[in-house]
Amino acid sequence: MNILVCISKVPDTTSKIAFTDNNTRFDSSNVQYIVNPSDEWYALVRALELKEQLGTGKVSIITVGLAEDDAIIRKALAIGADDAIRINALPADSFFVASQIAEYAKTQDYKLVLTGKETIDYNNAEVGGMVAELLGWEFITPANKLDVESDKVRVESELGGEILVLEAPMPVVISAAKGMADQRIPNMRGIMAARTKPITVVEPFNVAPLVAIQKFEMPPAKAGVKLVDPENMEELVRLLHDEAKVI
Amino acid sequence: MHTDKYQHHDYYLMDELLTDEHKLIRETVRSWVKKELSPIIEDYAQRAEFPKQLVNGLADIGAFGPYIPTDYGGQGLDQISYGIIMQELERGDSGIRSTASVQSSLVMYPIYTFGSEEQRQKYLPKLATGEWIGSFGLTEPSHGSDPGSMVTHIKDMGDYVLLNGAKMWISNAPFCNLAVVWAKDENGVIRGMVVERGMEGFSTPETHNKWSLRASATGELVFDNVKVPKENLFPDIRGLKGPLSCLNSARYGIAWGAIGAALDCYDTALRYAKERIQFNKPLASFQLQQKKLAEMITEITKAQLLTWRLGVLKNENRATPAQISMAKRNNVAMALHIAREARQILGAMGITGEYSIMRHSMNLESVVTYEGTHDIHLLITGMDITGISAFQ
Ligand SMILES: Cc1cc2nc3c(=O)[nH]c(=O)nc-3n(C[C@H](O)[C@H](O)[C@H](O)COP(=O)(O)OP(=O)(O)OC[C@H]3O[C@@H](n4cnc5c(N)ncnc54)[C@H](O)[C@@H]3O)c2cc1C
Repeated sequence: MNILVCISKVPDTTSKIAFTDNNTRFDSSNVQYIVNPSDEWYALVRALELKEQLGTGKVSIITVGLAEDDAIIRKALAIGADDAIRINALPADSFFVASQIAEYAKTQDYKLVLTGKETIDYNNAEVGGMVAELLGWEFITPANKLDVESDKVRVESELGGEILVLEAPMPVVISAAKGMADQRIPNMRGIMAARTKPITVVEPFNVAPLVAIQKFEMPPAKAGVKLVDPENMEELVRLLHDEAKVI
Repeated sequence: MHTDKYQHHDYYLMDELLTDEHKLIRETVRSWVKKELSPIIEDYAQRAEFPKQLVNGLADIGAFGPYIPTDYGGQGLDQISYGIIMQELERGDSGIRSTASVQSSLVMYPIYTFGSEEQRQKYLPKLATGEWIGSFGLTEPSHGSDPGSMVTHIKDMGDYVLLNGAKMWISNAPFCNLAVVWAKDENGVIRGMVVERGMEGFSTPETHNKWSLRASATGELVFDNVKVPKENLFPDIRGLKGPLSCLNSARYGIAWGAIGAALDCYDTALRYAKERIQFNKPLASFQLQQKKLAEMITEITKAQLLTWRLGVLKNENRATPAQISMAKRNNVAMALHIAREARQILGAMGITGEYSIMRHSMNLESVVTYEGTHDIHLLITGMDITGISAFQ
């Protein structure tokens, strides 16, 4: 069974966030990029575990990005993916990215497409659902556990404090969340093997993005914390009533 | 449990001088250190015990023989990769870095460089996987900075040599499976050989009560009429240049490693200074504390540049022993100074095991002494620039 894992690059959480061109573009200079955590820790690692369990098939990774993204691709290959596809275009918006992935996936025989639940930059959580729709496949999110049984998947999904146990026929698109697998640190053998694993560069399919960014803004600075003595409940009630106006 | 919040500092954008693979190796070792080493190291250091369970992980991340060719189980990486691995390990703990340095530069390197093909095949693959741990016996109780005066000796007995004497202050000795030992023959010529655990008359008592490198085991190598088969002797290398070339490789790794310890102290002190409030202001807002922090990052940045350049020279096989001495001496002294300053920024918290600084500070007291003392490296630079030896 061949599995396609969608990976995205995101700024490291310690990066300084700044904008250029009159606040219309993210300033990527001096930003360290990493593989989006839920793509790497959950989707990719679970795909590798499934391949190891089944003893057959191939795990491919796909990303929409330019040549500089080869660094995060090599990391995913070092963790254990067999090969990589890079759609050679700037990821304009979720629809553009999803369309590229779906168009490519149509030409292959994947039974399972995995994405992370969301990326830690824009937190849109859109690509998985869009890919499923464009392919006409089932879609499950967030998937906290994933097992494959002959031609269907069994997923546990934690929503609103409940655990839903779901089944869906394959092919299927699944967005992976915490609990599905544990982070794998690549070993040196993996890093060496990644040197020679193939990265196929595919020119983008002709799709127009649906979203244009007008302006970036920083969130307002966090207000200070007020500490209330545990003995002084009246003060707490007063603050909640008069200042926060929540009671 | 202690969480490792370390964040890298690259003030002069040195990352642009590294390849993607260098950065991936760094990220890998750093993740491993955060996940496997940082949570347990304080406890092991307090109990003065080497965390043996880390050996497999160290092998997996390529810490044993990174630059040894893959044919012998090494990783075939370049010297900058080796340096980066040492930096990240020492960011965690100098003792764990020491274990990796000894295994790579003082055991695998001489076996690869001076060993016969049979010796390479026999030892290197098992050393690379950590199945065997090695030690390096040069220093003796009465001969430290002056190893040329060693008294440990061998006597030719036909098929084997008879080894007698003792080595002291030997990292990994208490649990090593084999030791690379330097001893004089009947003519006073220094020879190298592999002594295996189990050979009759060979024992390795542990040295206790250290205040430094507590998570690394140190001991003696005692040889009482040990019969070492002739095939265990390095065939061709003679004289001090054998052990000294091993030290060159290890010192190079230590130059990188010390930057790791300094970065960790700086990172901890910077975060603490921004969070700790006194006189209604963060410590970081006081000029005296800013001076300390600004000087730290300045010294770290200088050391990063020096050491990266040394790595390039080493990759081209052009780094001289004197250049390596300069970097080892500068970087370890820099790290030791930063550790002391950083400890003060943390006030009383700085002396506790809640933070890594005091451990680094104590560890670096060994690092500034072993692999050539701070003074001896200065004399090496002095000799190099004047042409006059001030050793004797
Ligand atoms: C934790 C630890 C681990 C070690 N691991 C190993 C190991 O694995 N293998 C190994 O072989 N050794 C090891 N060593 C030993 C280490 O290399 C020696 O301690 C070091 O070479 C110094 O020797 P010494 O301690 O005998 O000091 P000495 O040589 O007695 O020096 C004492 C002081 O005198 C100074 N001095 C000496 N000669 C001169 C001179 N000519 N001019 C000016 N000043 C001078 C020195 O700089 C130093 O300050 C280890 C040491 C430690 C602490």
